[in-house]
Amino acid sequence: MCGIAGIIYKNGNGAHRLGSDMTRMLQSMKHRGPDSTGYALYRRPSADLIMRIKLADGGADGDIEYADRLRRRRREVEARLRAAGARVDSIDEINEYTIAVALDYDGELKHVADYVESVPGTEVLSAGSALEIIKDLGDAQTVGDAYKLGGYIGTHGIGHVRMATESDVDISNAHPYWAYPFSDVAVVHNGQLTNYHQWRRRLERMGHRFASECDSEIIAVYLAQKMSEGESLELAMRHSLDDLDGVFTYICVSDGALGMAKDELAAKPLVLYEGDDMVVLASEEMAIRAVIDHEIETYDPYESEVMVWTR
Amino acid sequence: MDTVAPRARFDPRGLVELDERVPGTAEIDGDHASFDARELTTRQINLELRRLIYELGVHEVTVRNPGAKHSLGVGILARCKLTFEGSLGYFACGLIDGPEVHITGRVGWSSCENMMSGVCVIDSNAGSLTAAALRGGDVVIKGQVGARTGIDQKGGTVIILGDAGSMTGFMMQRGRQIICGNAGHGLGDSMYDGTLYVGGKVASLGIDCVPGEWTDADTEFVTRKFSIYGLGEPPELQKFVCGKKLYNYDSLEPSERKMVL
Repeated sequence: MCGIAGIIYKNGNGAHRLGSDMTRMLQSMKHRGPDSTGYALYRRPSADLIMRIKLADGGADGDIEYADRLRRRRREVEARLRAAGARVDSIDEINEYTIAVALDYDGELKHVADYVESVPGTEVLSAGSALEIIKDLGDAQTVGDAYKLGGYIGTHGIGHVRMATESDVDISNAHPYWAYPFSDVAVVHNGQLTNYHQWRRRLERMGHRFASECDSEIIAVYLAQKMSEGESLELAMRHSLDDLDGVFTYICVSDGALGMAKDELAAKPLVLYEGDDMVVLASEEMAIRAVIDHEIETYDPYESEVMVWTR
Repeated sequence: MDTVAPRARFDPRGLVELDERVPGTAEIDGDHASFDARELTTRQINLELRRLIYELGVHEVTVRNPGAKHSLGVGILARCKLTFEGSLGYFACGLIDGPEVHITGRVGWSSCENMMSGVCVIDSNAGSLTAAALRGGDVVIKGQVGARTGIDQKGGTVIILGDAGSMTGFMMQRGRQIICGNAGHGLGDSMYDGTLYVGGKVASLGIDCVPGEWTDADTEFVTRKFSIYGLGEPPELQKFVCGKKLYNYDSLEPSERKMVL
């Protein structure tokens, strides 16, 4: 089933509420997906490249080598970042298996991300000057508290609560997906894609990497490929309606925009609120009501619709 | 020995509210009652509605701040007046038989599903699958609706003042829909019977849906429905019916067939 949500503040209003608003929206849709929760949040761009790296999927009980392995991997990651030509300005330890690295790096993003991921077991969750992807198992309250998102200040963001249907319940298979290796683009998806294997083979032949077995990852990689061919985010989204089969509603974000696309059967829900100071969209109106307390006018977009809002 | 089987306790996600009690917070003034639903759960709201309507026999209930919660006002089987001041979520007022419902906000997917009789007036927009499998009664939506309105409709009337999405009237078997705005692709796809009236543009007709011949009975029906709900003068409408090329079947309910025989 899954629940998706997005929020974009216009004119810089409400930016201090981004983390808490997203958590409230996602928590109110817990019944749509209690397996895992994820956020893709955007803050004011920094001069550095921020890369969030997952070193492991959380430790299993009785795994006595776990702590040791994490230390080794982290050392290895730092060494490879330097070997790829990036200068590490700072490392923020988010939790025992996630780090956020601030890099001074002007080269090609794929180069440095591939270097990091060549360490077995690690995954680059997100990279960009503004984007941060936070995802873990549990409901929104659990993840929001664990990653201290209550006071997160940002400009816009999307989120996802997952009910696993096509692949495992773990962090790699949780949404949002970063459009590897395109900086600052992320996707959340509600639905199933039926031509996943065709597109996966096609995109792998073009040199793209996949971090999971989840069909939704295709959308992120597909958009990355189209954008690397020079298409705008909106045009890439329009093409995806013809190229992707199945039932889907997805929300994708870049550093300056937030967009939604709905398949030609309109089989998956989305409710929209467009106000003067913010645009909020979610699978269910309940989520929008969780952040707006006065009466508002909302509506469902129709089939085959693509809409993009900019900040 | 205790012969009563224990109640099902399987609720690993804690979403079911097995032991919910009737809140009893409504203010009752003669035949009218009202309560605030902001702090109540779905189950509490529905239990309170049942207490007021069935146990106390109140005929008019107003629910304030429903907060777009799902499955509110479902399965009410008595003649009464229900007002929701605000928006409702999915499955609003489904399976009802008798009530006159007024929703001042919007509704989510599958509202008025399998409604048997009564009236439901929605002041704003509605999601997809509105009035799915409608059996009787009137559903009036003053805004726009999503896709597949009246899918599998078996009776009753749906009136939409705004636009309708794709596959409106999909597999419709009986009843009528009046769409004052535009209709999306696949209007009346695979319909067996019933009538669709459209005021605006039709993006495309579905399989076996064809324009029908307008009669005086159509004018009388549309005018009557518009006057009942105070919707003013009906717009110029086009009529669509089943071409009967796809299906041949007996359109009578079993009880009606007996009467004919």
